[in-house]
Amino acid sequence: MASLASPQPSGELTGWTRWANNNRKWLFAAPAMTFVGALIIFPLAWTIYLSLTDAEGSVRAESEFIGFANYLEVLSDTDRFWPAVLRTVGFTGVALLFEIVLGMAVALLLWRPFRGERWVRVAILLPLVATPVAVGMMWRLIFDPNIGMANQILGWVGIGPQPWLAGQHSALPTTIFIDIWQWTPMVVLILLAGLTSLSNEPDEAARVDGASAWQRFRHVTLPLLMPTVIVAILLRGIDALKTFDILYATKGRGGGSFHEVETLNVYAYGLSFDYNEYGISSTVLIIFFLIIIGSMWALTSRRKKGAQ
Amino acid sequence: MVAALGLSACGGGGDDSGGSDTLRVTLVNHVWTENIKKALPEFEQQSGLKVEVTQLGEDQLSDQYNVKLNAGSSDIDVMMYRPLQEGKLFAKNGYLTDLTDRAKEDSAFDFADFQGPPVQATTYEEKLVGIPIITEQEVLYYRKDLLQKSGFSAPPKTLDELKTMAAKVEADNPGTAGFVARTGKAAAVTQFSSFLFSFGGDFVDGSGKASVNTEQAKQAYAYYGGLLREHGPENISTDMSWSEAMAIFTQGKAAFYTEANSLYKNATDPAKSKVSDSVGFAPFPAGPAGSKPYNIPSWALGVNEGSENQANAWKFIQWAAGKDQTLAQQKGGVPGARTSVWANPEGIATYPQDLAEAIKVSTENGVGHDRPLVVKVAESREIVGQPIVDAITGKDVAGSAATANEAFQKLLDDEK
Repeated sequence: MASLASPQPSGELTGWTRWANNNRKWLFAAPAMTFVGALIIFPLAWTIYLSLTDAEGSVRAESEFIGFANYLEVLSDTDRFWPAVLRTVGFTGVALLFEIVLGMAVALLLWRPFRGERWVRVAILLPLVATPVAVGMMWRLIFDPNIGMANQILGWVGIGPQPWLAGQHSALPTTIFIDIWQWTPMVVLILLAGLTSLSNEPDEAARVDGASAWQRFRHVTLPLLMPTVIVAILLRGIDALKTFDILYATKGRGGGSFHEVETLNVYAYGLSFDYNEYGISSTVLIIFFLIIIGSMWALTSRRKKGAQ
Repeated sequence: MVAALGLSACGGGGDDSGGSDTLRVTLVNHVWTENIKKALPEFEQQSGLKVEVTQLGEDQLSDQYNVKLNAGSSDIDVMMYRPLQEGKLFAKNGYLTDLTDRAKEDSAFDFADFQGPPVQATTYEEKLVGIPIITEQEVLYYRKDLLQKSGFSAPPKTLDELKTMAAKVEADNPGTAGFVARTGKAAAVTQFSSFLFSFGGDFVDGSGKASVNTEQAKQAYAYYGGLLREHGPENISTDMSWSEAMAIFTQGKAAFYTEANSLYKNATDPAKSKVSDSVGFAPFPAGPAGSKPYNIPSWALGVNEGSENQANAWKFIQWAAGKDQTLAQQKGGVPGARTSVWANPEGIATYPQDLAEAIKVSTENGVGHDRPLVVKVAESREIVGQPIVDAITGKDVAGSAATANEAFQKLLDDEK
């Protein structure tokens, strides 16, 4: 009898255990679902709700449900909103282009082993490990128009001082430069990983056929590397769209006196933390969210097409 | 001191005596905070409380309050805040506890000792919501050596003289600017205010209407922007806050600088300033309407309405804003808001003599605000600051002032 009492897997399941067994796929997913619910879905839903109200001053203060009035206001705002959209797109586009091209060039250089390769790799990765805010402050000092190092160095070679971050028209290009400086190494890392995983045979075959270095890159390496390039564009693109820290650390609130580097992120931040306009700010964030989702979708669908 | 604490502890508390022994205090990076942190063990010993200090930069502090107070958090007891920047908003939202009874019924605290204008700034709808701890007046910082070299025996008394002297010093010392000041749109507003007042203008007129396009205001914008454009640093930018402007001055690259007196240690401390031994201070130069610098409370202590430890929070304020601490702070270089401390020779003994005199003039002629007194201060500063940067970059000041006035009036109307 005693031996019969030993665990019988299916027969002894009752009540809670049976329920747990039947619903185990939900049970195991529950912690993750709670996490997603609490940290992603709730804030998103709350932001959507706020974007439909006229909340300002304090989130706890009474606010009125006003439907899509905020959306109409934001989308017809050619003063701050649309310029911010243009800056966001411009910043991302230009930074991404340079980062991919430069990143590809550096990755190709590092692809084949050479003397001192380790040191070069460390040096290239340095910007990546620094905090963006610290990077921003550092460049702000270097680019100070009066006492900064950049203008002193230009002075030594006989070039007049440049306004850099201080100029109304040079500030955005300068922040793009800082972004490129900091994030190209990440692209190098991704592309290098892609390059090292490529098989050598197609390249060697092309070499035997007498293809030049450029021809081999253009017609062999690049097409093979394309999936990795798209991944790099996707990761860096989303990141660049969301850039905040470098802009905030270099130009402060509002993106400078003429809003010269005010992207959507900086604008939404200012609306919340400076103006306490929670309704409008949420609206801008939701529109921004849709822009990011949209561009992600466009890129990934291209990637699928490319793979086919 | 111990007796004073004991006395006031009896008078102050009562309604929420069940508070924790740990007091959470949020403070900004400031000389005041450094001084108070050194004195904290004394308070902890006397009161039996443990004080946990959170210290943040100005912007981070403001963001922190925005998030925590909005959420009704109870984990801030005492908060250091800017009465002119966030005061109205916080009071309107009910974030600040009414301290009227606590302050006025406490004889040892001697509330009547506080200067009028600062108290006015921490009062909302006749309720006292904060205790002013740091005051600021705008003064003129200048380089004695450069003035002497150009043959001037005294600092300028009027804004006209300031312009003439700045031009002369600049001409005599190539590479050195005649004048430097803040140029960032919102950052410059507070320091520009003294120019505006001295030209006879204000942000809002007597009837509550926006008045940044009056003749006086336009002259003030043109003067401030023009002085910076013509005699400012060679590569003038439009994003300087005090830290950048101060750096130019302390690097020896400017002759005159108008700024808050509370920052004077940056200029006189040899560790921070290359010109520490040649810095002079003078009262704000007179404009057509006289010398009218601002005289404001820049920081105050308040109690979070959501705090469950309000009685102990008041004990901390009693001590930190009390007579002894205020005197100690003032000796440590932080101008306070108590009349008795200014009257006490000890209270100004550690200041450079010319600075003490300049402050005296400023407290007599001073205006109690340095930015528009509205709820949406950040937004209003950006609006009234636009003509400043437009003037610096040589754009049409009158047009810019008219646009700013219209936008500012709209903001005022919205707040009604």
